[in-house]
Amino acid sequence: MTTTPTHITRPREVDTEAAKDDSQLRQKQMISGHFDKLATAKEDGRAVAYTFVPGNLTELMLALDMLPVLPEINALQSGMRKLSGNYITEAEKLGHSEDVCTYVKCDIGMMKSGNIGPTGTKLPDPNILLLSYTGCFTFMKWFELLKQEYNCPVAMLHVPYQGDGHITPEMRTYVIEQLEREVIPALEKAAGKKLDLDRLSELLERSRKAEDDLVAVWESAQNTPSPIDGYFGGVYYIGPIFSAFRGTQDACDYYAMLRREVEQRVKDGKGPVTPDGDAPEEKYRLVVEGPPNWTNFFDFWRMFSREGATVVSSTYTRVGGLYDTGFRHDPKDPIGTLADYCLGCYTNLNLPMRTKLLASYIEKYKADGFLINSVKSCNSFSAGQLLMLRELERKTGVPGGFIESDLVDPRYFGKANIENRVQSYLQMLEARKSRASA
Amino acid sequence: MTEQEAENTTNDPASAVLARARHFVDDLTLTEVVRWKQDHPGRLAVGYMPIYVPRPMLEGIGCLPVAMFGGGDQVDIIKGDSFYQSYICHIPRSTLELALNGSLDSLDGVLFPSICDVIRNLSGMWQMLFPEKYASYVDLPQNFDPELGGKFYVNDMARILRDLTARGAWQYDADKMRAAIKAENSRRAALQELDTLRVKEPFRVRASEAYLVARAGGLLEAAVHEKLVREFVAAARERAPRVYDNVRVLVRGSFCEQPPLGLIKTLEAAGCDIVDDDFQLGLRYIEGDIECGPSDDPMRAIAMAFLRRGQATASRYIADEEKGAALVKSVREVEAEGVIFAAASFCDPALLDQPMLETALDRAKIPHTSLKFAENTGQFQVIREQAGAFSDAVKLWGSAA
Ligand code: SF4
Ligand code: SF4
Repeated sequence: MTTTPTHITRPREVDTEAAKDDSQLRQKQMISGHFDKLATAKEDGRAVAYTFVPGNLTELMLALDMLPVLPEINALQSGMRKLSGNYITEAEKLGHSEDVCTYVKCDIGMMKSGNIGPTGTKLPDPNILLLSYTGCFTFMKWFELLKQEYNCPVAMLHVPYQGDGHITPEMRTYVIEQLEREVIPALEKAAGKKLDLDRLSELLERSRKAEDDLVAVWESAQNTPSPIDGYFGGVYYIGPIFSAFRGTQDACDYYAMLRREVEQRVKDGKGPVTPDGDAPEEKYRLVVEGPPNWTNFFDFWRMFSREGATVVSSTYTRVGGLYDTGFRHDPKDPIGTLADYCLGCYTNLNLPMRTKLLASYIEKYKADGFLINSVKSCNSFSAGQLLMLRELERKTGVPGGFIESDLVDPRYFGKANIENRVQSYLQMLEARKSRASA
Repeated sequence: MTEQEAENTTNDPASAVLARARHFVDDLTLTEVVRWKQDHPGRLAVGYMPIYVPRPMLEGIGCLPVAMFGGGDQVDIIKGDSFYQSYICHIPRSTLELALNGSLDSLDGVLFPSICDVIRNLSGMWQMLFPEKYASYVDLPQNFDPELGGKFYVNDMARILRDLTARGAWQYDADKMRAAIKAENSRRAALQELDTLRVKEPFRVRASEAYLVARAGGLLEAAVHEKLVREFVAAARERAPRVYDNVRVLVRGSFCEQPPLGLIKTLEAAGCDIVDDDFQLGLRYIEGDIECGPSDDPMRAIAMAFLRRGQATASRYIADEEKGAALVKSVREVEAEGVIFAAASFCDPALLDQPMLETALDRAKIPHTSLKFAENTGQFQVIREQAGAFSDAVKLWGSAA
């Protein structure tokens, strides 16, 4: 699952106000720089690894001078660029079931259509498929499928699930030993060089700094009004850290800059930036569970922003790392910390933990309500969400809303229906507020 | 029952044992488990979801392993649907329905093996809905190195043993565990005999019968099930052979949510001898014996069997072997003429696997067709037509080849 619209050139329909943020410009440069490097990777003799966002081993790849490509991000970006519908159709024509995750089909369709990246150049084929994944079985199938297409090795990292609500020493050891004995040697072979642990530690030190700043940005939403939207806006904030940049100086600079901007907004008493510029007065504070829809991302966002609803926190923005419960990459234990990171991503938590985390967000960010966007594609997220809804309402006394859409399959975004549901939900919150203040 | 079926039943030496098997399969309220607990006071019954958990590990500490395969087409879903969106398969709904209406009360705990995100998440739902019951996720290793995945698996089994012992199961005893492994191996051998007979003489054993006989073992101790299987095999050998002009097919994709019996019979009626399938894969998951000598560590033996002899199926990462190679090999071994993919609607592992398996079959020039079902599907006409057309086509291709 997971994803961030990192590799997206900021769409024209976003207000220029937003595009003027220095941090946004910086992110854009970073992304286009990464695609430039990918375009010449083969000539430059740089190895390319395809890999996933949750449980990504970015620092490890960068320490070996490898360039990551993230098929999930390609898929979401195809969704935003309105290409995913055709890609999915293409994959279904090839025999992929209409019932399964549309990220996979979108990626396969894109590959079969020439694997053209957002900058219009063909993405390089992988030297290795780095199957490090957490929280979803589809990832495993996805790379089995890609392995059929590319003649390259696969390095697999099995990350155990926190089924009983915690990480045991045995789970941690299992991940560390796989990294040491199998994954790192396979990456070294693909990269043609040995891993330098000191270099890895330096990268991890920088990860830690960026993570501190990202958490400060998340937590700024405790202010009223919240200076950020922690879901729609939030997917931009996680871009660099969930993709190719964690551990780089660029990522440190980006997050420091973003933090300064957000702190300034707090000082100025401003709400978040929305597709229509600065948000109107904050009327509702929401927590959201589940991924966004990408094919109609801005329509979806506006259904909230135009009504003065700000998402103060979301779980989707934690799929590539759950930093606000305290985890930071630890440069002193470079391999162990990678294991801890992988084991701790959001969808690797069991359902009681996910419910508890959401309840803590509702409380911490003083939310008026919470909303679940249940996506058809993703059983990892969706199976069990109806029980989470009931449990959360019972535990917190805060009303929940439930909508259904999909990630990148435009056939499953019923705009009018979703808009109706969102509006009725917000009206219900409004009525509650009026009753409370009466 | 048709007149013909009634006559077959009267004359069929296997009818009594089949009726018994059917009783176990239909026992959705687990009356047999209740009886077993009465006969074995103080011992635990532990349910588990598909596909596979190491049953001898449970029997070795005195527990009765109980396979949970949902409610089939026999349970009205009243509460279960309210837990799931329309795009999620059926088995978790009927399983929750059974749990919520008290049918599974005799289970002291449930294990949720790693097969897909739905069952994985169901483990957490169970913990939330039934906090007084033991519910644990079993993360079977996807790394098949004995020192990595093997070690992890042994540790994980030790955790489950500790948990169950704390709830009243026997203390771990290596000899008892070895005895349980031996009993499991004997049951496995009996199932192998059944499968061999079906392959050699499908006119003596229909797939729908083999299905009942195998699935009955879901709530029986290995030794008891072994007897039932052997009794059926002996009876089936006594049957007067009737040879039909059917095509030999394999069915794949039904390892978790089970097709209704009517669907299996429909395929048979459409001219297919299903000579191999994955309906009850869990009981056959280990290919051959779990090798465990008198001085071997039984837990390591169970782990090694999983690593080395576990069947290639959708929930298992296929590391080095070519995807679909195992299926092609099975087709050759049982001399099948085609493959029917029958997956539960919205079953991620089966449906994601299918295109890769189809590619492998295409390469090997093995005909195939696919259909989807839900455990409570009641209409089979379309399936009958599709399977009929497929078997006709296979016959034609076969004669043309
Ligand atoms: S099922 Fe969900 S988590 Fe898995 S790849 Fe698809 S969208 Fe991602
Ligand atoms: S039928 Fe498939 S998707 Fe559903 S629980 Fe079973 S394996 Fe998972």
